[in-house]
Amino acid sequence: MKKLISAPYLVWMAVFVVVPLIMVAYFAFFANGHFTLDYVANVSQYANIFIRSIWLAAIATVICLIISYPVAVILTEADANYQGTLLMIVMLPMWMNFLLRTYAWMTILGNNGILNQLFGLFGLGPFKLLNTRGAVVLGMVYNYLPFMLLPIYNVMAKIDRSVLEAAQDLGCNRGRVIAKVVFPLSLPGVMSGITMVFVPAISTFIISRMLGGGGNLLIGDLIEMQFLGNSYNPNLGAAISLVLMIIVLLIMTLMNQFDADDRPLI
Amino acid sequence: MKKNIISLKNICVSFDGERILDNINLDIRDKEFVTLLGPSGCGKTTMLRVIGGFLTPDSGAVQFEERDIKAVPPHKRNVNTVFQRYALFPHLNVYDNIAFGLKVKKLPENEINRKVKEMLALVNLSGFEKRSVNRLSGGQQQRVAIARALVNEPKILLLDEPLGALDLKLRKEMQIELKRMQQRLEITFIYVTHDQEEALTMSDTVVVMNNGVIQQIGSPVDIYNEPKNAFVADFIGESNILDGLMVRDRLVTISGKTFVCVDYGFGENTPVDVVIRPEDITIIPPDGEHIAGVVKSVTFKGVHYEMLIEAYDHDWLVHSTKASAVDRTVGLSFGPDDIHIMRKTEG
Repeated sequence: MKKLISAPYLVWMAVFVVVPLIMVAYFAFFANGHFTLDYVANVSQYANIFIRSIWLAAIATVICLIISYPVAVILTEADANYQGTLLMIVMLPMWMNFLLRTYAWMTILGNNGILNQLFGLFGLGPFKLLNTRGAVVLGMVYNYLPFMLLPIYNVMAKIDRSVLEAAQDLGCNRGRVIAKVVFPLSLPGVMSGITMVFVPAISTFIISRMLGGGGNLLIGDLIEMQFLGNSYNPNLGAAISLVLMIIVLLIMTLMNQFDADDRPLI
Repeated sequence: MKKNIISLKNICVSFDGERILDNINLDIRDKEFVTLLGPSGCGKTTMLRVIGGFLTPDSGAVQFEERDIKAVPPHKRNVNTVFQRYALFPHLNVYDNIAFGLKVKKLPENEINRKVKEMLALVNLSGFEKRSVNRLSGGQQQRVAIARALVNEPKILLLDEPLGALDLKLRKEMQIELKRMQQRLEITFIYVTHDQEEALTMSDTVVVMNNGVIQQIGSPVDIYNEPKNAFVADFIGESNILDGLMVRDRLVTISGKTFVCVDYGFGENTPVDVVIRPEDITIIPPDGEHIAGVVKSVTFKGVHYEMLIEAYDHDWLVHSTKASAVDRTVGLSFGPDDIHIMRKTEG
């Protein structure tokens, strides 16, 4: 019976997860039916793009964390009746189309954009805001912020209030309660937040294309170009995807190692 | 006369327009074991939270050794709490849980070590230092929670139904252990429970509460033998609460018969509540002089039989070591000392 119920999921996983993975690996290592390491070896040419992607995604992840953590604390401390409303306000931009949101930033950051017009009123600028790395990071932070906030908030909201009172009772002021109890107990949420922001950020191609101009290509753009662009080369695209996947897996494993001394929760 | 360590003066607390504590006045003396006793929702936990500083009362004053501490936050009060469901830190082991308060106070490492070891010995958990608190039994978690609070050497320990989650046998053991700790460490314990037996066993003073109002303050013996009103009588042990008429001083009519009693000062022909404890009633053959009734049920309770006897539309609860046969008519005998008269409470 149990097997029967899980069957559709297994089929789904096989068709949409396992098979595509095998196909990616196949294209990366086989060209015209022959085994070759050429494509994987070629990936090293793009080391600078890999480094840039990892670097920008990491910066965006850290900024998301720095913004989200205090917000999560404020949310959990808010009156239970308002928490839902506050959370919805944070989530509201997510209901808008992703492309639309990113386009909006183009008009805000452009040379004749809203920000530069504002600066112009004070006789400043125009500054080059669009087509910079900063704009790419901004786009990542703006789009992926909820993916950091939600898991942290969820874990934090489940922390037993009486544990926090116990910490106060034992001499902790508000800051120390957060440092000594809330933070260690919220680490699982922080970890999944980091994963949920870092992974999409490192492989994005829309944000970098729209806000980064041509000079700030990321791995996602590189992969897209191999499949849809003028440098059509699916084998190389598959090889880059494979390497990216391995890098992400390695980074995540490293992060989990860092978190490994954390004891099971409750 | 020992001095007061905590005084609550005219404390009122409301949540969403509902009165939780209604003009509470209470003095707690130093080194006393005080129990706040009452049914759930009576405000006893709220009172503990006011003393602990987790809740600021709407009005009234909280005094600690005669100084007002209403504005002092919990982490600056010389008070520690054992929480209802322990509230141990799940990310810390037994040692670090107990050492938590000392580390916050930045005591030297070797002193922390010594104190934690002492506490572990006191609560019989030596050797459990490195154990995760998630892998302890309920009783062991309870001991860690007590040690974590006591290690800070508070002036007052607040305990919020600390034994509620333990089984009966363990609860009895912990009751005795807690009482012994309190006497040995000479700390004021303020203990919240809804278990009247627990309150009577452990306390120097019992504070009986209902609907946010203190009903009676007294020693366990006083509370049991001289309940001030029908609520206290009913809540502390089992009671027969009857409608009576005080004919004059030391004479009361119950169920159509007149009895001599020891109470006075209620006026003449005043309706009163009469309380008679089930164990104070002796079953005798019906003689026309005593109240007579028909035995409706007999239940074996171990130490005694519990019998329901119907007489004059009232079911009398009687405890006796000898069982009567069901449907037999019997007489109910009790002495003047066994009759407790109290004023009718409104409502």
